[in-house]
Amino acid sequence: MPAGPPPLAPPLKIVDLAKSVPGGRLLFSNLALDMAPGEIVAIMGESGVGKSTLLNLVAGLDRADAGRIEIDGVDLSSLDDDARTGLRRDRIGFVFQAFHILPHLTLAQNVALPLILARRPEAEALSLARTMLDQVGLGGRGQDFPAQVSGGEMQRIALARALVHRPALVLADEPTGNLDPQTADVILALLCDQLRGSGAAAVIVTHSERAAAAADRVLTLTGHGLVAHGR
Amino acid sequence: MVLGEWRAQPGRTLAAILAIAVGVGLGLAIHLVNRSALDEFAGAIRSVSGAADLQVQAASPLGFDEGLYPVLARLDGVATVSPVVELRARTASGEPLTLLGLDPLRAAAVTPNLLGGGAVSGDGGVTTAEAVFDLDAITLSPAALQQSGLRVGDQVRLSAAGQSASFRIVGVLEGVSGDRALGVIDIASAQWRFAQLGRLHRLDLRLNPGVDRTAVERAVQAALPAEAALVTPQSEMRRTESLSRAYRVNLQMLALVALLTGGFLVYSAQSLSVTRRRPQFALLRVLGLPARAMLGQVLIEGVVLGLAGAALGVALGVGLAELALSLLGGDLGGGYFSGGRPPLVFTPVAAAIIFGLGVAIAVLGSLFPALQAERIPAAVALKTGSGESVETAGQPLPWISLGLLAAGGLAALGPPVGGVPLFGYGAIALILAGGVGAMPWLARGLLGPLRRLRAPAPPVALAIARLWGAPRQAAVALCGIVASTSLMVAMAVMVTSFRGSVEDWLIQILPADIYMRLDPGLTLDPEAQARLAAAPEAAAIEFRQSFNLRLRPDRPPVQVSARGQAGAGAGEGLPLVGRQIRTEGLPAWISEPMARLYDLSPGDPLALPIGPGAQAQVTVAGVWRDYSNQFGALILDQAAYTALTGDAGRAEAAITLAPGVEPEEAIEAFRVRLPPSIAPGADFAEPREIRAVALRIFDRSFAVTYALEAIAILVGLAGVATTFSAQTLARRKEFGMLRHVGVRRGQIMQMLATEGALLGAVGALAGLTLGVIMSQVLIHVVNPQSFNWTMETRLPWPLLASLAVALVATSAGAAVLAGRGAVADSAIRAVREDW
Repeated sequence: MPAGPPPLAPPLKIVDLAKSVPGGRLLFSNLALDMAPGEIVAIMGESGVGKSTLLNLVAGLDRADAGRIEIDGVDLSSLDDDARTGLRRDRIGFVFQAFHILPHLTLAQNVALPLILARRPEAEALSLARTMLDQVGLGGRGQDFPAQVSGGEMQRIALARALVHRPALVLADEPTGNLDPQTADVILALLCDQLRGSGAAAVIVTHSERAAAAADRVLTLTGHGLVAHGR
Repeated sequence: MVLGEWRAQPGRTLAAILAIAVGVGLGLAIHLVNRSALDEFAGAIRSVSGAADLQVQAASPLGFDEGLYPVLARLDGVATVSPVVELRARTASGEPLTLLGLDPLRAAAVTPNLLGGGAVSGDGGVTTAEAVFDLDAITLSPAALQQSGLRVGDQVRLSAAGQSASFRIVGVLEGVSGDRALGVIDIASAQWRFAQLGRLHRLDLRLNPGVDRTAVERAVQAALPAEAALVTPQSEMRRTESLSRAYRVNLQMLALVALLTGGFLVYSAQSLSVTRRRPQFALLRVLGLPARAMLGQVLIEGVVLGLAGAALGVALGVGLAELALSLLGGDLGGGYFSGGRPPLVFTPVAAAIIFGLGVAIAVLGSLFPALQAERIPAAVALKTGSGESVETAGQPLPWISLGLLAAGGLAALGPPVGGVPLFGYGAIALILAGGVGAMPWLARGLLGPLRRLRAPAPPVALAIARLWGAPRQAAVALCGIVASTSLMVAMAVMVTSFRGSVEDWLIQILPADIYMRLDPGLTLDPEAQARLAAAPEAAAIEFRQSFNLRLRPDRPPVQVSARGQAGAGAGEGLPLVGRQIRTEGLPAWISEPMARLYDLSPGDPLALPIGPGAQAQVTVAGVWRDYSNQFGALILDQAAYTALTGDAGRAEAAITLAPGVEPEEAIEAFRVRLPPSIAPGADFAEPREIRAVALRIFDRSFAVTYALEAIAILVGLAGVATTFSAQTLARRKEFGMLRHVGVRRGQIMQMLATEGALLGAVGALAGLTLGVIMSQVLIHVVNPQSFNWTMETRLPWPLLASLAVALVATSAGAAVLAGRGAVADSAIRAVREDW
């Protein structure tokens, strides 16, 4: 029997992760997560439970006390800071609650930022960025500056920036936290559409039940790790 | 809230306070030093004028006919007239001295302090009454005694007007203040022993009480010959002030420049502070505080900054003034006032004015940020993530700046006001304001081409994009440094141009191999001149003589000199400016300052109060460049000089050596040929020595200027460092985001270094360009109007290049240093709103 294509590595695999905050308080231990390609996971939990810390650990911006994190099959603990930075740049996209759009760059330049950082030719990067802007409903506005757009539009730009370089994994931290409910719904729908269209997996940290409802799987972060929401 | 903001940003607040303090301190110090020097001078004038209501002074050292004395004494309203012979003399040991010959009976009523105080019996064995009528007696001021190392009772030999005589010191002039070296003898003795028979140099007049002073002045004026002029203590003081006024105003302007730079730093600090506090202001607006309150808060911050800076500045100013008086004397190295250190005179009114100016500059620096705070749209500013930057990336319009620059150009065409180039300084201020205002536009224009760079490294691309997209923030960082750099460059170009022109001029004006000068009071008579000219070591000798001639009572005298080879025109070899003409009458070559001060040009007639009837008529034959005398000089040929002054003596010589003769050997030979009484008082120098001394004096007179420039640039660089650090710290969230999306820490540092270096380069380029433009105002407007001399522009390339490199390095270094904290791990968390 001929061998089929090798099985895809999980975009995110977490094994026995433990983390304490400075001062010694244990945030969580034995945390495990295995995501399938294209899967959208929502993580909920009380404030201070460590949701953002978990995202930092997954992004390689912080070190765990114990356990292992693999992104697209690569063990983060085997990488130095530069290599983790490179992995973030190439394989991860980010969406922040506060958008974090650079005010001095045009919308197209903001979206193209990950491509420019990856040394893609500028013309190609801007062309891909404009295509992404089309996809998030901001076609033709590539030359505008952030000061000229609304909050909802800012988050669309952030979505486009998170996906423009075809990451394996998107990390979204309260992506609708700064938006009104109607705009939040639109953005959530757009996020899920774009994720499914691109095949990227996503971890969405949120307090919003509406946002969580859009995910394939909803988990709650507790001191003992991730448990299915509602349990 | 004000204190809270300052606690949050202590470094920036301190830098702004210090900047104001430095400006106020320098301004006050220069004022206090000037005031102290002028007060000391006024005291000296009073001590020799005594209770004289009016003075008649000779226009030249030749004096005037003593027949004027009884004429004035008989005028209605004149109570007493005291005649004075005044000579420049020197002691046998070479100490210079002003020698006054007085009529004791008359002087007792007008200038009693010049007669010595108290009994002087003891060493001398005489009383004051006896001493004043003793033709061999002399009374010396304390300074003259100290300088000569003599004591009461000693004999002193004095030389003056080519004569010498011995006197016995019989007393001390206790009423003569400071370090004025003065000696007083009987007037008959002065006239007789120093060849002044029938001549007087001064008449001190006392008027009857209640008399119409103006009427008496008119009557005196009508009686005066051309060789004498009427002066009052007030006009004498004005003349003294005019000596150094331009120099003092220049220094004051430089100090104001330092203050102005401080104002830009306050602007920079306040702008950053307002940008950082946008959400806070927005919140306060939402909570019900009116927009005016925001304006008020930022202005109050400016007032408090100004008060703190100005108070510190006043203390600094007093300390600096004390230090400057001790180290540099009353003229701050300008060389205008002889003598030592005058006591510090504190003037509260001036201190209050400069204090107020410091506060006003701080408030002005806060005005634009305050208006910015007033106009913050609350709804937008309250949105998360919008606090860091409000930049709209539209093309900034430079029209206002262009208007200011054009106004500056027009102002540069204005005339001097009261001898001070006020329009010139106004032009510099307008050009500076226009240039700094154009910074956003200029930054974008200069960075535009960089945006088209093919595939720059990501940190470089990000840096260029930020600077190009946020030109106003770049301008905020740059305004202080552009202001101080441009002013420093302007001064440096002016000083270099001046120094270069002086060097060229010295080469032109000193063509001979050796120069000889006799001490004051010594001259070579025609026989001694002939003996010197006959020396085989000399190929040619040009003898020279000069004296000061007062053409207007309220102006310093001009120097009248005899020059030129016998039979040749005196204009030969002079560094002429413009054309030279042949004249029918007596030709005179006037210096450039004289041409400007007295509005003369070649072909113009000029009456000199010398010669027969004190009405010599000369014609201006040419104008020559002269950097040695800013109040004017006039050259006559040898024969004309002797004919007009009756003075055939010469005190200087320019000697061209015979081929193969070494200067040292020639100097020995010339010294042997000089009369024995004169040889010890003869100085010989080669041109290179004179040039070195002249340039040393030049550099000393600009020492304070250099120091002020350095302070201005240090204040500017400190501003760059604090502004960059503040801007960098305010961008923590941006760096956090960049770290998330895959920018390495090192790349952020590279980005910051690039931004810093590019900003420094833009600042340097703008500062250099503006500075060179402003230097042209200094060279072609301020200098001619202040000092009456012109010069050619020379650029100090090594200095300008070093300055540009220092700016780029400081800016890049400051940005990187500030960035180290901002890209720490904790910065990554800055992107989280719910941490």
